[in-house]
Amino acid sequence: MSDLLAVTDAGLYCSQGDFYIDPWRRVPRAIITHAHADHARSGCGRYLCASPGTLVLRSRVGSSAPIDSLRHGETLSINGVEVSLHPAGHVLGSAQVRLSHAGTTWVVTGDYKLEADPTCAPFEPVECDVFVTESTFGLPVYRWQDPAAVATEINDWWRANRDAGRTSVLLAYALGKAQRLAAAVDPSIGPIIGHGAVMKMVDAYRASGVRLPPIDRVPPRARKMGGGRALVIAPPSVAGSRWLGLFGETSVAMASGWMSLRGVRRRRGFDKGFVVSDHADFPGLLTAIAASRARRVLVTHGFTDTLTRLLQERGVDAAVLPTRFTGEAAPDAAVAERDDDTQDDTTDMSEEAPV
Amino acid sequence: MKRFTDLYWRLDATSSTNEKVDSLREYFAAARPEDAACAIRVLSGGRQLRAVSTTLLRQWAAEAAGIPLWLVEECYAHVGDLAETLALVLPHPGPDAATTGVGMGLAECMRTTIEDLRGASDQQKRLVVERVWQLLAPRERIVWHKLLTGGCRVGVSQTLVARALAEVAGVDPAVMAHRLMGTGVTDAESYAQAMSSEPTADDARRPYPFFLASAIECEPSDLGPTSDWIAEWKWDGMRAQLVRRGADATLWSRGEELVNGAFPEVIAAAAAIPDGTVLDGELLAVRGNKLLGFAAVSKRSGRRSVPRKLLEEVPCIFVAYDLLEDDGADIRGLPLVERRLRLESLVPLPCTAGAEPAASEAVGVPFETAASPQPRLLHSPCVVGNAWDALAAARATSRGRGVEGIMLKRRSSVYGVGRVRGDWWKWKIEPLEIDVVLLYAQAGHGRRAGLHSDYTLGVWHDGRLVPVAKAYSGLADAEIVELDRIVRATTLDKHGPVRVVQPTQVFQLAFEGISHSTRHKSGVAVRFPRIVRWRRDKTPSEAGTLADLVQLIDAGTIDASPQPEMTP
Repeated sequence: MSDLLAVTDAGLYCSQGDFYIDPWRRVPRAIITHAHADHARSGCGRYLCASPGTLVLRSRVGSSAPIDSLRHGETLSINGVEVSLHPAGHVLGSAQVRLSHAGTTWVVTGDYKLEADPTCAPFEPVECDVFVTESTFGLPVYRWQDPAAVATEINDWWRANRDAGRTSVLLAYALGKAQRLAAAVDPSIGPIIGHGAVMKMVDAYRASGVRLPPIDRVPPRARKMGGGRALVIAPPSVAGSRWLGLFGETSVAMASGWMSLRGVRRRRGFDKGFVVSDHADFPGLLTAIAASRARRVLVTHGFTDTLTRLLQERGVDAAVLPTRFTGEAAPDAAVAERDDDTQDDTTDMSEEAPV
Repeated sequence: MKRFTDLYWRLDATSSTNEKVDSLREYFAAARPEDAACAIRVLSGGRQLRAVSTTLLRQWAAEAAGIPLWLVEECYAHVGDLAETLALVLPHPGPDAATTGVGMGLAECMRTTIEDLRGASDQQKRLVVERVWQLLAPRERIVWHKLLTGGCRVGVSQTLVARALAEVAGVDPAVMAHRLMGTGVTDAESYAQAMSSEPTADDARRPYPFFLASAIECEPSDLGPTSDWIAEWKWDGMRAQLVRRGADATLWSRGEELVNGAFPEVIAAAAAIPDGTVLDGELLAVRGNKLLGFAAVSKRSGRRSVPRKLLEEVPCIFVAYDLLEDDGADIRGLPLVERRLRLESLVPLPCTAGAEPAASEAVGVPFETAASPQPRLLHSPCVVGNAWDALAAARATSRGRGVEGIMLKRRSSVYGVGRVRGDWWKWKIEPLEIDVVLLYAQAGHGRRAGLHSDYTLGVWHDGRLVPVAKAYSGLADAEIVELDRIVRATTLDKHGPVRVVQPTQVFQLAFEGISHSTRHKSGVAVRFPRIVRWRRDKTPSEAGTLADLVQLIDAGTIDASPQPEMTP
């Protein structure tokens, strides 16, 4: 029995079905786990994604790209390989890809988290023979708090800033985390304002049926906004940019799993760091791996060596699968990144460069 | 303990001086005296003892977390701070821990969960440690771990602590700074004394807060006429104050430690100066007429007593350059020129070590002869030069003398507190330089955790690159990030946290001195190496050679001492 997937120059390839999963080059047929830039690239011949994510993917790969979709759990046969997509809980429309062929089942998680998120379907464990998992936060120092507790922290910070007449600026990925945060904060504290890159995705989320609180846009040629009361949600690339000058006195906070570490918080020089991630924390990774009941585990992007060694010591048949996915941009990504406003905020800053 | 933890994180979260003082003031205003005394000790960075070895802590934490020890080590390499790593890997505490904490003040917590452990068996230690872990939330654990392992450093200067305490006590900040010096505040009683508005009994032994110089920022000629300035050699030793009051003499390091035991010859010599004298100066190691440098002095400084052999190998003297107290009166407010006049009458012998033999003869003081014992108490002579060119020429002789350059002090300057710019300048000699190639990189700690910012650098020898120095960056933050990416992308091999990289990057390395060394594979040791520039315009083949370095040794006479062991 040969493997259902192999890493090629163009990406994760299934030769039996002649398609790729999240390819990093233009290929004729691509199955997309989710629309973040390191997983969804434009220019492929044909795309397949989970139906809740169609509009989000379209906003990323262009209006003319041919996109097919599957409902969660629905099965499609591609050249004799059975393909189905299952919720990964990462962002709207994120899916684990289940492949079944000649009695063997593989699951590719893409990025995933186990925490509750009101803006997307929750992670669903899928049993398989081979489980391909991400490992962005695959060290035991990464353990997330209850999302409600983090939301309270953010609300407290926002309220304190408002009372001091400062605008609160919360830096978060434009796709996924920005919407999740908007849905989690208490809109009675003050107005919420979205950066252009965030609003593009807010529109896609709303058009897909996700309920979000009112979020104001920044009009072109705006001179002054926020009034010292608002919460501004913007991608990390605006840190230190002139765009922030719109809001007068600000307190700038970063929402990222990397904010768990004091050294990272200090180095980035933000006023505040909130530990919020759309990736699984260390216990989450172990839980998902166990729930898959897989006899073989392949570990991609993140702390691959470490997680693989731990699994091997625990008697799991585990190995590293080298890919070019990057997961949550590494702690120092935004230092080097000062891109234009519409630029995607996931960059090629891998935590560990693939060999 | 909870209050101190809050203070720690408030201080950690801000770089604003005012906010730091506010946090400190609020803490001291509310803290119980014994807790306040304890906090002062920690904030002052006084020496802390390690109650439990970090090896044991790692093992216990690994077991408590249900993960293998190597995984704790991996986490540590990633996080860059052991106290934080352990706090984060441990199981989260029970739900009520966040509200209860250890339920005791800082002093009691330090006593019962840290100080009492020092003599305990490993088993007893473990019981206490595991109990405290269950009571503390991760952010409190970090602070407690730092106290437990004796590594609690907080980013506030002594001056800020003194300022906050002075505001709470309603006394002058300079008086408070003075009261915190030396043995300072150790318990509730001494805290109460420090906070009192009356003069205290312990004043007798206390040194004054040190006045510090800054590196010169302009051309010396921009400082105005040389007649406004007094120039002295910048000695390569250890700053200290010699306090002669009442029956005894005390010698204080700049870290405010009493170092009487480490320099018995200086203490003995202090008997010759009158009661009511405080001298500021430098402890120097001198053999014959040759200065042995800072590393030699530091062999002595950490000791409570000095073995005879070391006394003979590294003889030390005290070279005074300022007089702070004369005949029992605080004269720090007098102009420097007046203080120096009085100093030279109290301590008449000038230090001529390091000078050419002819020069010392000219001054007429035989530095050491068989007949007369070596004088231990000298003053630092003025470097004479009636024009900046003449002083520059004198400064150019520094390396040969074994000094670090020249100090420029305004004739009219008072002796201030802390680092106040404008009156005292360090005019150090230009460093030696060579182009080196990056060979290994290791992740940094603290602010640079997770970034490869510790570099091992090499030069050519017999067609191969050999490591000659380790430098902890010297690059701008954005450059470190960029270099980190290059390190990750060009890694050839990993040895634990150390990455062997393809030799592609060239840096200009500056260092203060160089000497032969048997402890380094390359056979040379450079002193205070640091990167001054990233030479993107150069390829590794253009880097320097070991022969270039050896030539520098032969050119200079400075006796640079070996750096700490280099890895790998």
